[in-house]
Amino acid sequence: MNTAIGRPVDRVDGHAKVTGGARYTAEISLPGLTYAAVVGARIPSGRVESVDASRALSAGGVLAVLTHENLPKIAGQPRLLPSLLGAAAPGQSFFPMQDAAVHYAGQPVALVVAESHEQAQYAASLVDVAYRREPSITAIDEGRDRVYEAQRLFGGLMPGRDERGDVGTALAEAPVRIEAGYRFAANHHNALEPPATTAVWEDGRLTLYDSTMGIRATQLTVAHLLGLPLSHVRVITHFVGGGFGSKAMTWPHVTLAAMAARHVGRPVRLALTRAQTYTSNGHREEQEQRISLGATRDGRLTAIRHHKLSITSHFDDWAEPATGVSSQLYDVEHYEGVHSLIHGNTMTPTFTRGPGETLGVFVLETAMDELAYELGVDPVELRLRNHARTDPRGNPWSSDGLAECLRLGAERFGWHGRDPRPRARRDGDWLIGTGMAAAAYPVAFFMPEQRARARVYEDGSAVVQTGTQEFGTGVLTVATQVAADALGLPLESVRFEAGDTDLPNTSAAVGSAGAGMVSAAVHAAATALRDRLVAMAVTDADSPLHGADPAAVEVADGRMRLRDRPETGETYADLMIRRRLADAEEVGSWTPPPLTTPHGLLTFGAQFAEVAVDPGLGLIRVRRMTGVFAPGRVLNPKLARSQLMGGMVWGLSQALLEGNEMDTRHGRWGASNLGEYLVPVNADIPEITVEFVEVEDDVVPLGIKGVGEIGQVGAAAAVANAVFHATGRRLRRLPLAAELVMDPPASS
Amino acid sequence: MRPLAYARVSTVAEAVEIVAADPAGAFLAGGTTEIDLVRLGVARPDLLVDINDLPLHDIEDLPGGGVRIGALARMSEVARTPVIAGRYPGVAQALLLGASQQLRNMASMGGNLCQRTRCAYFRDGVSPCNKREPGSGCSALDGLNRGHAVLGTSEHCIATHPSDVAVALVAFDAVVHTAGPGGARRIPIDDFYLPPGDTPDRENPLRHGELITAIDLPPAGIAERSVYLKFRDRQSYEFALVSVCAAVRVEDGLVTEARLALGGVGTKPWRSRLAERRLLGAPATAESYAAAAAYELSAAVPRRHNTFKVELAQRAIVRGLTQAARGGMR
Ligand SMILES: Cc1cc2nc3c(=O)[nH]c(=O)nc-3n(C[C@H](O)[C@H](O)[C@H](O)COP(=O)(O)OP(=O)(O)OC[C@H]3O[C@@H](n4cnc5c(N)ncnc54)[C@H](O)[C@@H]3O)c2cc1C
Ligand code: SF4
Repeated sequence: MNTAIGRPVDRVDGHAKVTGGARYTAEISLPGLTYAAVVGARIPSGRVESVDASRALSAGGVLAVLTHENLPKIAGQPRLLPSLLGAAAPGQSFFPMQDAAVHYAGQPVALVVAESHEQAQYAASLVDVAYRREPSITAIDEGRDRVYEAQRLFGGLMPGRDERGDVGTALAEAPVRIEAGYRFAANHHNALEPPATTAVWEDGRLTLYDSTMGIRATQLTVAHLLGLPLSHVRVITHFVGGGFGSKAMTWPHVTLAAMAARHVGRPVRLALTRAQTYTSNGHREEQEQRISLGATRDGRLTAIRHHKLSITSHFDDWAEPATGVSSQLYDVEHYEGVHSLIHGNTMTPTFTRGPGETLGVFVLETAMDELAYELGVDPVELRLRNHARTDPRGNPWSSDGLAECLRLGAERFGWHGRDPRPRARRDGDWLIGTGMAAAAYPVAFFMPEQRARARVYEDGSAVVQTGTQEFGTGVLTVATQVAADALGLPLESVRFEAGDTDLPNTSAAVGSAGAGMVSAAVHAAATALRDRLVAMAVTDADSPLHGADPAAVEVADGRMRLRDRPETGETYADLMIRRRLADAEEVGSWTPPPLTTPHGLLTFGAQFAEVAVDPGLGLIRVRRMTGVFAPGRVLNPKLARSQLMGGMVWGLSQALLEGNEMDTRHGRWGASNLGEYLVPVNADIPEITVEFVEVEDDVVPLGIKGVGEIGQVGAAAAVANAVFHATGRRLRRLPLAAELVMDPPASS
Repeated sequence: MRPLAYARVSTVAEAVEIVAADPAGAFLAGGTTEIDLVRLGVARPDLLVDINDLPLHDIEDLPGGGVRIGALARMSEVARTPVIAGRYPGVAQALLLGASQQLRNMASMGGNLCQRTRCAYFRDGVSPCNKREPGSGCSALDGLNRGHAVLGTSEHCIATHPSDVAVALVAFDAVVHTAGPGGARRIPIDDFYLPPGDTPDRENPLRHGELITAIDLPPAGIAERSVYLKFRDRQSYEFALVSVCAAVRVEDGLVTEARLALGGVGTKPWRSRLAERRLLGAPATAESYAAAAAYELSAAVPRRHNTFKVELAQRAIVRGLTQAARGGMR
């Protein structure tokens, strides 16, 4: 049978996007719409002494200026929990403009509402805020005397420490030890679309158009903050211009838009400026990591100690977990992972693509490269030798594939026969090197029940719905493919609808879990509907299928037929018209296996890179990259490849370009636009090869482990290891800026 | 964005008159700098006078061998004009390595010369900055100054001038023609850029309402074998950490003529006269290039995050001179 799943189907929303037909949140226009602009604090710590709004209020078109003095109090502050959990998910457990305190630069201190976006922006510049500045800590270097060990992370969801065995003794006794510390600049997400929210009240009910990765999370969070019944909050999201974690949680501006709309009694659109995206939706925290590996002379790991130190806000113990992979990927008896924090004057950091583990794996995999050199073992072989067969509890992997990824990657890349000596290859002014890294990323599993609805009409066309949202991953397309196959309909006959909390619920699409859980719910609904129609046919005396065993019936192209006698059958349409059914509908649901499932849950991959380094000028050019991944079932190879390639580009970017420095005197980020915060341009991106290794997985939904993060993980390490191979130098910071790479280093 | 008025004019005289009469008036060419700065609240004009209809778009040969580039000629047009690409390859390369194709199609040559620094403290609209708000202090001196200048700095400002093409123009002694309330002037380009001194807000000698009408390049001579090299963090669409415009004439193994200018390291497009003098008569070798580079950079005043530029600039100069001595890019 011809299936849609597994085919490189074009995006169903592609046409709308390239023709401008797709409407993003800041483009939704409504009658009577007004516009809000946020005034962000200029200081990182202290108090608002006074706000003089008189100049702003007398500017053209201004309807209101809200400050802590006249903004109503929130009804209650929900706990910070990851949105995947399906509960309220505020990005931080602090809501601004409730009092005069300032905790971070950019914190909203006033909100201006006006008749046009331009008028609101201009009036915002006229709000005179007087501050009392207090001392601040905005970088790790300023807070080294206040480091504390995090007991729990993520609003208490995860322990800050993970240990087994006796690391101290094992490291002390290890015949070979590798120890290294790394510094990483803060990262921002830089989604193309800055977040926007439009709020409309009608009879005490709130409708929010929001650019979010989780409409359900927005609904729950805003309802909690405003004390509204859930039934009174509806969230609609048609298209989102990228998230990468920045829209995974519900940040204060969303609720502020609702409060402003209630205040002026008209719909309000609040669109953050590009500069405000650096202080409004979290970031990947500035951090340091230290790792120690202990190993035997024949290259078996005996112990790993992996510590992370990072800076969080004053109100949350937030750290991206960095030790989930280093504790599991390799078979190592003694392990210690610790997260330490400093309270600082930044907003609460948040998920950023490849949350936590991307840098954790960077540290692990550069240490493995050093170990390979120390032992004189090939880096691929060292990974193969140490890869764990089970997770640390002794549970088998739900599916593995690491060894196959490493082997296929080595073959495709042409790894074999590599001369491991550093500085061995040259091309004019360029030193050439190759490097690799293993990749792994945890499969996230703590979402609640996910639901979808499927409906078939009497003409044999179908509508399938669920409350997820499209932010560029292609979920609308893969869900259409899943529904078409489960219903036995051609792809063109299925319309998939999402982006509305009035539809059956799913969780926020984060942690690479989106495609899997949405597909599972859609599959459940569509299968239930098909089963019902088949049951109807086999019990209908007028049907050619009367009396057949339902299990012997298959559906293809909308026609139910006997599997071994395909000429016997009828279409959905025949059946429904005869039975005078205009449509038929089922809701289906999928519940993840319990967290205690006796399986290890990691997605595996392998990354290879070749770089050219001009040491005199400190330039690095990546010449080619190969990534091989085992993400379970691939619903749409075209979309999956794009996702994985995009991840690899992120990894390259993280290695070479990305980082935001803090000006600690002002407590403000150095970069606040895409001219200053560097991401790669086309010219920086080389030929990229993406390959899949097939693995069967019957633990994760539909066998799908996800492709959102794994493409990024390990890519930066492969690049940095290649830089070592080219130059013979280990550089212990990211990004690898010219001044670090220059050799001989710049003196004076 | 602040409310402002907009006017469109069709003659030079009209443009000059209207802007001269309004202390808060400003010219608008491609808008790729001006509109950004208005949006950021850094430029605060009340009136923008659109000059795109003025007859200043042409690129024409001058009697005697030079070229005149109209102030409104677009960067992309100038770069692909055969006279420029053929006789002044360093100028063409400097243009093509700047901004992006879309911006180059919009951005005018006059506007390019007048673009403002990319210093983040200048552009954020709130940090102390002597260039934006004279007397308020300089946030970059002890702040994040990786991108800042090491040559021509003062205690009041260390911002680089960001233009690429201006670097090539100073190397080849271009002349800026203007029309102002007081009549027409011709300003040698090296004098067009003022060192920051204690008035970093004054970047050029243009009087209010004075309009650039054209840029003249003298007969090419050595410029015909010029190169422009630009080094930066990413490979395109970024301003220079260091750039070099170089041209060298070598006879019997000795340098008989040299032109050298630097971008990304100076508070103005940096004509390297010290190095040029050192090179004259020196053997055309990497050693003499390095010695000349060291001499030029001996006056450098680095800050905390840009120390590396002193060394990087010297290495870049050696690369530029070596490539130029080999006969340029072709
Ligand atoms: C993202 C980005 C990247 C860039 N990268 C580079 C780069 O790598 N290298 C580079 O060199 N440049 C770069 N630029 C700068 C770009 O080259 C300039 O913005 C452009 O050349 C300005 O020309 P314009 O016609 O748009 O000027 P406008 O924006 O219209 O004007 C700029 C200023 O010049 C004044 N002005 C304009 N014309 C005249 C005139 N005839 N007489 C007197 N005053 C005048 C205006 O009043 C205004 O103050 C970049 C710009 C952007 C936005
Ligand atoms: S370097 Fe110049 S432009 Fe930058 S902050 Fe200092 S005075 Fe302002």
